[in-house]
Parts: sequence; structure tokens; C-alpha cells
Amino acid sequence: MRVAEAWRVALDALRANRMRSALTMLGVIIGVASVVLLVAIGTGTKQKVEQQVEGLGSNLLLVVPGKLDVGTAPVVSPLDLKDVDAVSRVVGDPGRVAVTIASGATARAGTRSDFTTVQGVLETTPSVFTRTLARGRYLTGADVDTSRRVAVLGASVARALFPDRDPLGQQVTLAGVRFRVIGVFTPLGQSLGVDRDDEVHIPVTAAQRLWGTQRIDGIAVKAPDREQIDQLGERIVAELSRRHPDTEFSAVTQQQILGVLGDILGVLTGVLAAIAGISLLVGGVGVSNIMLVSVRERTREIGLRKAVGARPRDIGVQFLLEAVLLTSIGGLTGMALGVGGALLVDAVSPIPAAITWWSLALAFGVSAAVGIVFGVVPAQRAGRLDPVVALRAE
Amino acid sequence: MTVAAIEAVDVSRTYELDGVSVPALRGVSLTIDQGEYVAVIGPSGSGKSTLMHLLGGLDRPTGGRLVIGGRDVATLTAPELATLRNETIGFVFQAFHLLPRTSAVDNVALPLVYRGVGARQRRERAAAMLGRVGLGHRLGHRPNQLSGGEQQRVAIARALVTDPTVLLADEPTGNLDSATGDAVLELLERLNAESGVALVMVTHDPEVAARARRRIAVRDGLIRSDTVHDRPLSGGDGRPETLDAAPSAEPRSASGSGPGHPSGGFGGATGATGRLPLSGGQSAPGGAG
Repeated sequence: MRVAEAWRVALDALRANRMRSALTMLGVIIGVASVVLLVAIGTGTKQKVEQQVEGLGSNLLLVVPGKLDVGTAPVVSPLDLKDVDAVSRVVGDPGRVAVTIASGATARAGTRSDFTTVQGVLETTPSVFTRTLARGRYLTGADVDTSRRVAVLGASVARALFPDRDPLGQQVTLAGVRFRVIGVFTPLGQSLGVDRDDEVHIPVTAAQRLWGTQRIDGIAVKAPDREQIDQLGERIVAELSRRHPDTEFSAVTQQQILGVLGDILGVLTGVLAAIAGISLLVGGVGVSNIMLVSVRERTREIGLRKAVGARPRDIGVQFLLEAVLLTSIGGLTGMALGVGGALLVDAVSPIPAAITWWSLALAFGVSAAVGIVFGVVPAQRAGRLDPVVALRAE
Repeated sequence: MTVAAIEAVDVSRTYELDGVSVPALRGVSLTIDQGEYVAVIGPSGSGKSTLMHLLGGLDRPTGGRLVIGGRDVATLTAPELATLRNETIGFVFQAFHLLPRTSAVDNVALPLVYRGVGARQRRERAAAMLGRVGLGHRLGHRPNQLSGGEQQRVAIARALVTDPTVLLADEPTGNLDSATGDAVLELLERLNAESGVALVMVTHDPEVAARARRRIAVRDGLIRSDTVHDRPLSGGDGRPETLDAAPSAEPRSASGSGPGHPSGGFGGATGATGRLPLSGGQSAPGGAG
């Protein structure tokens, strides 16, 4: 039997049982669609995180106590502002050194309140991290030196506390202490479902007083150029280790952060795809099941075809093609649904999604393979049927 | 000089059912010659269906020697046997066995699919064959749009579209009323006479069997009688006949395909005259080869 003929016969058989074919395909459709969609979300998230980490500013070096590694316990920071001075001496330019001490706090203005992240920072922050202001001015060296109670609001905080007023010059209460609003950041948007505009910057000295501590959480340094980053990191870590012999320090670059995040997201994407793959497998079992039913139902047809000269292989190929056609059509439909779903998620939800060609090729290939794997047993059974018995079947 | 279409020598078939051996055929010898008209008659359970399956290459004997179209069945693989069926045998079943949801012309063309004939030529040959059975106006009809008689005629066209040497009909009128059944039998007999295809008809009905020149009675897995009749008996004369007691019957040797070939000496009803080969000369391999 010619291949084209076999395809036609298989297609006819599927058409003859439209409802059953559609329901069988549904298992494959759901499996393929979820693989495509989840891989798209994983890929999109990874791309967005990479963009954002790169968007923090170039040649950035983050110095934190402890080791930057998945699974290690956080370390209490021994750093204080004297360490920052020491790091500034190593770097040779205090304008390239930023610090942070952060804590959650409730910000109030009049009757409105907003739980947000309060960050104690130096006046260098906008030049180290690329931050711009929509209104007003940023903190100055004088603000930091005198622990002035002034605050720069993230766009979300400004919107929450002052929905119908200009926040500039207004008072906000942070952890019960009043601050004057001097500036509002340009919105950054969301990343990984986190609102990056939900923050308030105050002078690090004011923050330390607010929380009754001399510590800071970490130091960020903007290296003059890419070549110097690693060497600069080593020198900073050496200096800090000399000052705090009991603590280990890490200096990490954006590339290292990207690497770690990429690993985590890669694993996450893999796990999601595997779960979706299981549903594809279940769909394959459904195909196998329905093919066995189909073979039984068409036993007489098989008997007749054999009587008029069909070889066992002809019958086997016919049923195998039927299974492959089921999963291939299901696979294509699932791909279309997955791509559509990914575009929809990307457009209307904060979750990013990016279609990759390899995921489409993989999903389709796997669905066709599922058809072959789960079609072989029913096809062999059909091919081996004894024509005499088959013709007698009811 | 013609070669036997089918030759069976001491053929037996035993089924194994749950470890118990059940003999369905217990040593049967017979020869079907080119162009013959043979009725195989016997009650249900006699082994006549088993015999037909063996003669058609649908099943293999468990003992003896079975040669179909010059090829010993025992030496053939399953695919080779399938090809042999396709080339030499045409089947007509009691239950028609047409593919539902498939047009008459495509049903008829089905055996050609397994012969690798292209779609266009298949349809042409199938349409021509449907014309020969009087259904040239029903090409696109599906089985459920046809009467029982028409369905059986489609099945006959399907059996003959490959130009087989033997047409095996298993109770071809069993699902039809007597008038329609008669028409189907007349069609089969006409095709047998015209194209020279051997017609082997399995039936339990003595009236149907009485139409054939040669009648083989099967009982308990054995051939009880194998007789050739000078003139076909009329089934409707109200005189029930037992075949083995038919007055004009003369015994026939089971392996009698030699010089004393019967078709020459019995009025030429199915003789060489009046044969109209369907195409080429395949219907008469003795002459073509």
C-alpha cells in the first residue's frame, strides 16, 4: 500500500469518529500547550530578569557578607559606615560607592498608609545604580551627613500616599518618624511580580537612627571599566576581611548574579516542562487506549482488508499512522494554543512569556513520537489479527 | 492443458481450544480447476467454512498439502500468502463485509490498493467492474444507501476487480430474500461463464447447491461425496434431493485434474466456449502462460 493511500485511510478513520478523535487529541493538546506555555513563561522570565540585572547599571560589583550561593544561610552583616570609607579608599572614588540598609516599614501620610521597603542610602545611589527622578531632587551629601529626615519616594508609594496631591514638600511618617518628601523616582515597573517602585530612599544615617543600629547591609561599587571588576572585587574583599577576620565576604558581579539566577530559573523551567510533559504522557496513554478500542471495533474491517490482500505490515502501518496523525494534529493544535496562551499571558499579566522555536519543535516532535510509541502496540495487534477470526467478529 | 487453480491433498485442520484438539477437517483431497462451478454443501459444523478459509488462503492447514495458484501454502510467509490471496482469490461473504462510509467504487477498488495500483486507475477499473455487475449508476453510493442485493453485487465486483482465478462465495445469498438471492446467483453464474473465473460456492442450502455442476458434500470434516452432474438440477421442482443420492450424479476422483478433465464432456456449459476474459488473459492462465 502506498504511503499517500495509508494517510488517506488514517484520516478517514479519524473523521469517521470525530468526537472520539477530538477527545483523544485533547489529552495531547493540553500536554503540548502546557509545555509550550510553561517553557515560554520560564524563558520570558529569564530574559526579563537578565534585562533588569543588566539595567541596574554597568560594571556593578555587589559586596555582601557571607557567600553568594544557593542554600547558604544569611549572615548578619558586621559592616558599618567606617567600612564604607575603607572601601572608598580602595576604589579611590567615593562617588562610585553606594550602600544600603533596608527594612520593611509602614509609610503614612494623613489617613493613607502603604507598607513599603525603606532603604537607607548614600547620595551616590543614582550614579551607581541607574536611577532617575520624575520630580524634585535626590538626597545630598549634606542630607546624609546631618541625618536629615528627607525622603525620595518610589512611584508606587507616591501614588498610594498622594493619589490627588503633589507629594513634594509633604510629610510622610516612616516607623513613626516624620520625613519630608523631596523627590519622586521615575517608575521602573515590575519584575518577577515584585513592584520595583515600592520603595522609599532616606539618608543611611537617618535610617540607622530610625532602627537603632550602626550596621549596613551591603556595599555596591561601580567599577571604572569591565577589566578591573574582578581585581577590584578581590581587593575590596581583602580589605574587608582584614577589618572583620571572622566574616567571609563576597564580591559578585552582574554576570555572576545572572549565572545564579539563570541556573535557578533554568531548573524551575525544567521542572515545569517536566510536569507538563507528564500530562503529555498521560495523553499518549489515552491515544494508546483509544487505538486499542479502534482496532477492536474495526476487527471485521481488518479481516476484510486481509482477505483482499493486505499484508500484516499494511494493517500495522495504517493503525500506526492513525495514532501518529492523532497526536500530530493534537500537537499542532496544542502548539497554537500554547503560543496563543503565551502571547495572552505576556500581554495581560505581569508574567513575561517568550516563545522559543526549540520548544515548539520539541513539543511537536515529542507529540509525534508519543503517537509512534503508544501506537505501536495497537498497530501490531491489528497487524497480527487472524483474518478468519477477524472476519467472524461482531 | 490447464493447471489446477487449487489443489488440496489430504488436508486437515485442527484447532487447539484450551489445550483440547478439535479437528475441523480430517484429511480432505480435492482439486478446483480453472473455470469450474463448484458448490460445497454441508450443515453448520461440517467443516465447510474451514475448508473455504483454507482454499482461500485465509488459513493454513495443520496437515496435508495445499497448493493455491501453483504455490504450496506451507512455504509462504504471511505477507506472501496475503499477496497470493490478492492475486488469485476473490471473496464474497454472506455479510457482504463492505466498508461503511466508503463509496461503492472505493469499496470495489480496495483490493487494488494492496496491489499498488494508482488511485485513478483503481477507480477506472472499479467503475468498469461495477458496470459489469449492473451498478454503473451507483458508483458514489455508500453501502447504507444500497439494498442488500446491490451491496452483495458491490462485494462481487470487489471480488472480481483483481481478475482472480477463483471466486469463493460463502453463503452469498444467506442474507438475501429468495428473489434477490436468485439474481445474485445468476450474476455469479454469468460471471463464471463469461470470465472463466472458477466459482466455489459454500452453502447449506440444497437448492442453491443444486445449481452447480459439481457438488461436494462435506460432513464431520470429511468429503462425503464429490459428484459432477450432467444437467443442473432445478431447485424448484418440489422434489428434495440428497446430493449423494442424486440420480444423474457420477463420482469424481478427488485428484481428477488429469486428462479426463470434466469440463470438456458435459455439454460445454462452463467450457472454453463463451469465455469473455475480463482483461488481458489472466482469467485463463493456461492460455496466457
